[in-house]
Amino acid sequence: MHPAAELLKSKFPSEVVEVMEFRGDTTVVIKPGRIKEIGLFLRDDPTVAFKYLSVVAGIDYFPQSPRFAVVYNLYSHKNHNRLTLKAYLESDTAPVIDSVTSIWATADWHEREAYDLLGIKFRGHPGLKRILLPQDWKGFPLRKEYPQRGE
Amino acid sequence: MGIEEKLGYNVLTTTLEKIVDWGRKSSLWPATFGLACCAIEMIVTAANRWDIARFGMEAFRASPRQADLMIVAGTVTKKMMPAIERIYEQMTEPKWVIAMGACACSGGIFDSYPVVQGIDLYLPVDVYIPGCPPRPEGLLYGILKLHEKILKDPFLTKQYREKLAARKEAA
Repeated sequence: MHPAAELLKSKFPSEVVEVMEFRGDTTVVIKPGRIKEIGLFLRDDPTVAFKYLSVVAGIDYFPQSPRFAVVYNLYSHKNHNRLTLKAYLESDTAPVIDSVTSIWATADWHEREAYDLLGIKFRGHPGLKRILLPQDWKGFPLRKEYPQRGE
Repeated sequence: MGIEEKLGYNVLTTTLEKIVDWGRKSSLWPATFGLACCAIEMIVTAANRWDIARFGMEAFRASPRQADLMIVAGTVTKKMMPAIERIYEQMTEPKWVIAMGACACSGGIFDSYPVVQGIDLYLPVDVYIPGCPPRPEGLLYGILKLHEKILKDPFLTKQYREKLAARKEAA
């Protein structure tokens, strides 16, 4: 198992839901509640040292519930390895999770993109507004129920 | 050398409408702007191999206020639409619009929420050039079709005919 996954399991036993491995990539499914603490721990722990956040992505698994998930791809320059964090959000109607912009500045625009296209709110984001679509756009186009040609 | 050798000291008669239309079609000035891959074909049309200067329109103007032809070359996104409308409105009258390529004509392969499904939903298009992208010959053919259209533009007699028709209706 990935050393960071082991570490997370021992440090946050109540937060880690599942650890998945696929072709050498490790995904740790966590609960959304303490994402900031987990992020800060993974960044500042000297052994895993995930100083770099590659991407934050929102996902819509529409017929399933919980419907929305947020994925964080982390990279450690020190160990040259990657870790994926995945958190399923509780609400299917008003998805929300804490922002990690205070931990990795990269998250700023990535979270805005997830908000813009999927309507996932990031609590504590310094300026959560649309980034790709025009500011007056209605709806969130990457949600599965959104019509292909728009509203 | 030119036309003056054949004509010598002579007088030509024509109608005002015809000579103005001829002048307009012979010096179309396109606005410099491209949106997607079609713009590459438009640029190469202006370069030496196809040489748009043969038709009196090598002057691509960077200011819409000096241009009278808008070649909508490429995919128009809804986010781009306000900028395009603004450019069009800044252009001087009379002005013409060419929808170049499948995307500008109908949205093309992009049957989706961010793409305008044909520029004719917003602007009055004079000539549609299909293709993805059209070759430079295609663009030149479209421009020649626009020349034909401008030559037949009854901008003076149309007003006169409309007045006449209104008078007839009143009587």
